[in-house]
Amino acid sequence: MRRLARGLAAMLVALVLGLAAFTVFAWKSAIAEAPVAAAFDAALVARGEKLAAAGYCLTCHTKAGGKPYAGGLPMATAFGTIHSTNITPDRATGIGAWSLAAFTRAMHEGVARDGSHLFPVFPYDHFTKVSDDDVKAIYAYLMTRPAVVQEDTPNSVPFPFNVRLLQAGWKLLFFDAGRLQPEAGRSAQWNRGAYLAEGLSHCAACHTPRNALGAEKRGADARLSGATIDGWFAPALTAANTAPVPWTVQELHDYLRNGGTPYHGVAAGPMSRVVHQGYALLDDADVYAVATYIASGNGAAERHADAGQIVGDALAKSRYDPAQSISHGASLYTAACASCHYNPVSGPQLARPELGLKSSLSAADPTDLVQVILHGVSVKDGLPGAMMPAFADALSDADIAALANYLRTSRTTLPPWPDAAAVVARVRSGKTS
Amino acid sequence: MTTSFTLNGQALTADVPADTPLLWVIREHANLTGTKFGCGIGLCGACTVHVEGRATRSCITPVSLVEGAAITTIEGLSADNSHPLQKAWVACQVPQCGYCQSGQIMQAAALLKDMPQPSDADISGAMSGNLCRCMAYARIRSAIKIAAVEMHGVAPPAATASTPTAAAAQGARHA
Repeated sequence: MRRLARGLAAMLVALVLGLAAFTVFAWKSAIAEAPVAAAFDAALVARGEKLAAAGYCLTCHTKAGGKPYAGGLPMATAFGTIHSTNITPDRATGIGAWSLAAFTRAMHEGVARDGSHLFPVFPYDHFTKVSDDDVKAIYAYLMTRPAVVQEDTPNSVPFPFNVRLLQAGWKLLFFDAGRLQPEAGRSAQWNRGAYLAEGLSHCAACHTPRNALGAEKRGADARLSGATIDGWFAPALTAANTAPVPWTVQELHDYLRNGGTPYHGVAAGPMSRVVHQGYALLDDADVYAVATYIASGNGAAERHADAGQIVGDALAKSRYDPAQSISHGASLYTAACASCHYNPVSGPQLARPELGLKSSLSAADPTDLVQVILHGVSVKDGLPGAMMPAFADALSDADIAALANYLRTSRTTLPPWPDAAAVVARVRSGKTS
Repeated sequence: MTTSFTLNGQALTADVPADTPLLWVIREHANLTGTKFGCGIGLCGACTVHVEGRATRSCITPVSLVEGAAITTIEGLSADNSHPLQKAWVACQVPQCGYCQSGQIMQAAALLKDMPQPSDADISGAMSGNLCRCMAYARIRSAIKIAAVEMHGVAPPAATASTPTAAAAQGARHA
């Protein structure tokens, strides 16, 4: 009995000590309110504008129809819906009372000015890699935006995930704080690309699958291997990418710069905002740098693919053939799609995606293809000026499934998707998974 | 919500729900009735207009998708019905009931911009989504080839031995 009591007592002491240690680790003090901001150097603000664009601050911190940077965008996570916050310089409802030190701590450590831990839906696990100088420039830019009085929308995160102190446990498990260090033996361009892609642009936040606790999976196989995000599939940025034509530096650059290329189709869904709200503001050298970094990890240079041959094959497969068997999917394609998705033998046109070249046809499921068929692509998304209508009210789940599988089987050598109609129903319902 | 775009060169702002079909705005708000409602599900081509120069089915285009775009309808294809396709349409007496013709002409105009010398297969591939219940397809094909010659001066590769000309098309009309 006594031994048991002693054992229990020891465990209790260990628990208390452990809790105390965790609390010391987790506890972050508030940082005093900043005085009303002084003027910022115009050059610093201008630099901050580009950096903020590289991090898509605007995209997440603005709700549909809302004022820029005033927050309120709902983001569905496995742990409830989290709303982005007001990061305009309003002192009461925004971050106007945040000093540079408080802002830097949020970016580098994921801690708000009042000392509470931020949810990792704010990608501080990437922003921690951003240099002090760049954080300062972003701060200057945000602090010179129009202040908007807008209270933050309460989140619907259930207990215990809503306990901010417990976020420190998540950090203990999954978060490594620290600036990105240049890699020796790599070019300055490559290192610049790595700095942007791994830091501000947080490519991995969408393109790397996450574990049960919402952290990006680690390991070479998981990294940038493609993941589901906001009802879309963000394709692999590695050699696992299924696009027939390799993603070379030039292709990546053109896609990020223009929103599409003749060989890889257009940036739709969340990626459209990366291009048009984010990278549109970047210097071309930075876009090339990111393209250089990503291409170095996707095996494009080693593939020695004959792009001309691949494109020629894709064009041949989409040629009008009056003798082809008339399946339901083929009939729908002829009536609904072929009037736009035609190309001359000389090669695919920029604004007429050649479907056989799209990685969405060789993906594990037709999610991205179905998104585009159901909802179309606006004039402003994808390639500016190129628009696709929306078939949500025109075609049934079975129609779209037949169309998707006609495209899959006529343009690739892969078997049809077995569950295409279920995917259409899911995407149509707006459920993310 | 409001959506703004240009329609045949004129600025237009429509205060309609975001998912209102572009065709409704064109016909009901701008009162341009040359563009027709056919099937309503993007499978017949009667509602074809140009969005940024590309043929697009307006019945399934939510107006919110064309914010900021330049839209052209059959009324704006030319100032005086002088587009080579319009002239060829008259020369060949293409329409019978005429319901599909504005969609056919808009689709063909985009095709001839992309493929100045379309082959028969090119025409079939791009035009098969434009239905004509009067079965005027042979005249439609002839008119497209005549317009291609006028626009680009060179005859498209003919699948048949006879070279389509206005005279031949006239003959076909009376055949």
